[in-house]
Formats: sequence, C-alpha cells, structure tokens
Amino acid sequence: MPENVVVVGAGQAGSELATTLRQRGWSGGITLIGDEVSPPYQRPPLSKGFLLGKLSREKLYLKPAATYERFNIALRLGTWAETIDRAAKELVVSDGSRLPYDKLVLATGGRARRLTLPGVDVDQLDNLFTLRRIDDVDALRPHFVPGRKLVLIGGGYVGLEIAAVATQLDLDVTVVEAAPRLLARVTGPEVSGFLEDVHRSHGVRFRLAATVADVAVDASGHRVTGVEVSASGVVERLDAGLVLVGIGMEPNTHLASAAGLEVDNGIVVDEFARTSDPDILAIGDCANQPSAYAGRRIRLESAPNAIEHAKVCAATILGRPQASTATPWFWSEQYDLKLQMVGLSAGHDRCITRGGTGTAMSAFYLTGDRIVAADVISRPADFATARQLVTSGRPVDPERLADSEIPLAQAAL
Amino acid sequence: MPKITFIEDDGTEHAVEAGADESVMQAAMDNLVPGIVAECGGYANCATCHVYVDPEWADKLPAPEEAEEVMIEAAFDVRPTSRLSCQVQVTEDTDGLIVQLPASQTGA
Ligand SMILES: Cc1cc2nc3c(=O)[nH]c(=O)nc-3n(C[C@H](O)[C@H](O)[C@H](O)COP(=O)(O)OP(=O)(O)OC[C@H]3O[C@@H](n4cnc5c(N)ncnc54)[C@H](O)[C@@H]3O)c2cc1C
Ligand code: FES
Repeated sequence: MPENVVVVGAGQAGSELATTLRQRGWSGGITLIGDEVSPPYQRPPLSKGFLLGKLSREKLYLKPAATYERFNIALRLGTWAETIDRAAKELVVSDGSRLPYDKLVLATGGRARRLTLPGVDVDQLDNLFTLRRIDDVDALRPHFVPGRKLVLIGGGYVGLEIAAVATQLDLDVTVVEAAPRLLARVTGPEVSGFLEDVHRSHGVRFRLAATVADVAVDASGHRVTGVEVSASGVVERLDAGLVLVGIGMEPNTHLASAAGLEVDNGIVVDEFARTSDPDILAIGDCANQPSAYAGRRIRLESAPNAIEHAKVCAATILGRPQASTATPWFWSEQYDLKLQMVGLSAGHDRCITRGGTGTAMSAFYLTGDRIVAADVISRPADFATARQLVTSGRPVDPERLADSEIPLAQAAL
Repeated sequence: MPKITFIEDDGTEHAVEAGADESVMQAAMDNLVPGIVAECGGYANCATCHVYVDPEWADKLPAPEEAEEVMIEAAFDVRPTSRLSCQVQVTEDTDGLIVQLPASQTGA
C-alpha cells in the first residue's frame, strides 16, 4: 500500500477526502495543502447567511482546525502548490519544499471568472468584486451600505442569492444578464419566470438579454461610477456605487496541464477519479468525470458532488474502487424560498409544473415518461419524492404529475 | 462537555465529547464518526444527516421545527424516532445522548 497521500486544495473536496481516508482506516501520511488561510470551509453560505451577517466565520468551518491535528492530517494553509514533478513523484510548494507523494490528489476547485472589457483593468477598481472565497466577502461586505446602487453582472444562482441578500440589506439592486431569462442554462422558463417575479416583488430590477459594454470610472480611476449595458443595440448607463461580477467560475487546471495531464473543461478523470497518471487523482469542481446518471462526461460545481467525489477517490486509494451512482443535486436559498434541484434538465422534452403559487412551485423535466430532473421551490416533500423518481427512472403518468391534489408519489406508474 | 454516543448499524459505538452550541451532526463531523454525510452542511436541505434517537431520549429533545419536519420525509428508512441531526442542538441537557445511525443515508 502507498504511504503518502498529498492533497492540493483545502476546500470541501480536499477536506472530505483527507478525513474520509482516516475514517476508513488509512494509516499512511496525509498532507492537505491550501492557499487560503482559513481551515476548510463551506462556500455555499458565502452568498447566503454569511453575506447576510447571520452566521459567524467559525460556523463555516467544516471542522475545527484541531480535528485535523487530532487525526494526524497535516494541514498546510497559506501554501500554494507550484508544480508537480511526476518523474520524482514530488509536489513543489511555495515555500520551496518538495513533498514526496505516493498518491497525489488535485482538489483545486475553481476561481471566479473575471469580467474582461477592452481597456479596463478590473484589478484597479476598488468597488468591483467577485465572490468565491471568504476573503472576497470580507472585502466587499463593508460596501454593503443601505441605499447603495449595486449592479450585479450575472443572473445565475450565486448572483440571485447575492441580489436577495443585498435587497434584504436595503441596497438598490439591478441585475444584468446576457441571456434572455434568468438561469437559462440550468432551468426551464417556468422557473426562470417564477424567480424573476419574486425578485421584482422585492424591488430588484433586471436588464435581460443585456451585455456589459463598458464601465465608467471616476477621476481617480479606481472607482466605478456606472456600468454601460447594451441591449438590442441600445446602450444604457446604470449608475453604480458597487459592482459584483457573478459570471461563473473557471476550474483550476493549470497545475495539471503543466504536468502534462489531460485537461478538457476540467481535469479529465475516469469513474474512479484517476487522471491519465494513475498516481494522480482529481476531485470536485476541478474534475471532468464520467457520470453514470448522465451517460456522459460532466463537470459539476456543487457541495454534494465534492463530498461524493471525495468518497469515490478515497475508495480508489484504499484499493476498493467503486464508481458513483449518485444523482447530482444542488440547492439555493433566496429570501425565504428554499430551492432544491435534482438531476440535469438539459435535453428534456417537456416540463410539467405543480404548485405554482407566488411562494412555491415544482417543475418536473421529462424525457418521454421519465422524470430526468426537477426544480422544487419551497415544496421539500416534492423534492424528496422527485429525487427518488429521478434516481429510479420509474415512468410517471403526466396527467397525475400535473395534478397537485394527487400526492407526487402516486404519479409513478 | 456534553457526551454523545453514536451507534453504527453494525453496533460499533463512538462516544464523543461535543462542543456546547453545536449540532449533533457537527459533533459527528468533528470526531470523524462515519455514517453521516451532511451534504448541505447543516441547513435542513439534504436529509443525509439522518439518525434514530434512542427511545429513552426521543421525548427529552425539543420537537423538530417545520424545516426539519418536512425534510425528514426525504430521508431513507424513516422511523418514529428519526431526526435530522443537523437540527438537533447539543446542550447541557443532552449530556449522555444516544443516537443510532441508519444503515445508509441514501439507500444506495
Ligand atoms: C458563493 C458560492 C455559493 C455556492 N452555493 C452553493 C450551494 O448553495 N449549493 C452547492 O451545492 N454548492 C454551492 N456552491 C459550490 C460549492 O461551494 C463548490 O462546488 C465546492 O466548494 C467545491 O469544492 P472543491 O473542494 O471542489 O473546490 P473549492 O471549494 O473551490 O476548493 C478548492 C481549494 O483549492 C485551493 N487551491 C487551488 N489551487 C491551489 C494550489 N495550486 N495550491 C494550493 N491551493 C490551491 C483553492 O484556493 C480552494 O481553497 C457555491 C459556491 C460559491 C462560490
Ligand atoms: S446536513 Fe443536510 S439536512 Fe442536515
């Protein structure tokens, strides 16, 4: 059995892997390296309860730092992994040390995608932010002042969560989205429309099918004062005291590609989390993996996937490889709505909804007579059943599915 | 510090010391107790922190709030003593709590 496992990236996936290995009896060395200074923490609350100020920093930590010490996991924070020397099987880190590995796991996650505009250096702008890390929240939180005009670029889940928090803190919010509707890549028009209405009722304004053409800055050159958006050829200037860019993330694949590993929308791994080098594995947001559920390769960005993929990787390292059969799922919180999404709706041929009141609804995405995905808003009992129906692939009766009076489970044939 | 005993489906016991003001789920996480997945990190969104509270204890714990009550239905093999451990708070009153872990969190 190999002796030393070195993990790059002390995020949700890396932490889960290190602790799962110990839990399952791995007695060799485990080193967890991360460039952030906080012990591994949950990112989901960064755009929800933590941004709202309802949660303390310690509540975000997946485990207290003492746990790693107690279970003999060497946690090296504030340390950047520079290069992989595959021939010597060593990882070179920022303080110059070389860490020998028998198995190396890349759990490098991703970074916020940056806004690129000709002639604009976003690093010079003091009131323009992205949100991926705890220090991003620390930096932008002082700008969350009641009455301030916030222009949010990007109407995805994270963007909408920030919009909800910002309006609750009395900021004046405008969301600019390039697609003609919200969440266009991941959800159906019914859910997009529902959420747009909810946000509008809280005072959020939208510019849909609109792209950012330029930003206006003050005389110092460091403060954005406005965002120029272009929609159907018409350019409009939105006043801005604060700009947040929420246009997704890019997987951190540089370490892998520089080492000659295969990279294609993420680090390419097999169903056991192994890269093209069998001694190097990759998990979580940074990995492109075959999915039994989807029947193709996918790269997922979710906490449940980070946990599941870490468990697959641990099993491989322990010599008991087992592929995942999990159905992807994700959640979000906006105002007092609880959103739970299961499966991937891409490629569905029809959508059936139930509920559809102002405060709750469920949307089921079907291919033929099977539910392939569901978006459930504040109907958690539907989520429970939908998750089972998506996972089992049981056929359903569309008419019964559409009738809210009939319990969802009875829609199955 | 309040003690909690987790009993795995195969009978393996884990006696841990929980921090005050944390959830039963977090106490399991801090001590690397297997059998709890906690995908959502403690926000009553996933039902993968499902436990069975020892019958002796079932009535002594505060009743579940609505968020827990509706999500518990999503758990695998729900019984009358089922709870979502992220919604059960550790206090001095829970010292000695015993919870049983289900055979699986997902049925898979
Ligand atoms: C604002 C926000 C809200 C979210 N909300 C939800 C939600 O509601 N539900 C949900 O399921 N998911 C949500 N997610 C997604 C979820 O947080 C991620 O899927 C999850 O964190 C992925 O874990 P990971 O370990 O793969 O990557 P990460 O958590 O990104 O961790 C990777 C770590 O590796 C570090 N790293 C990278 N390269 C190096 C290197 N060379 N050397 C050292 N360290 C390195 C990174 O800095 C980072 O700390 C959200 C994400 C964000 C940003
Ligand atoms: S941890 Fe998700 S419901 Fe308890």
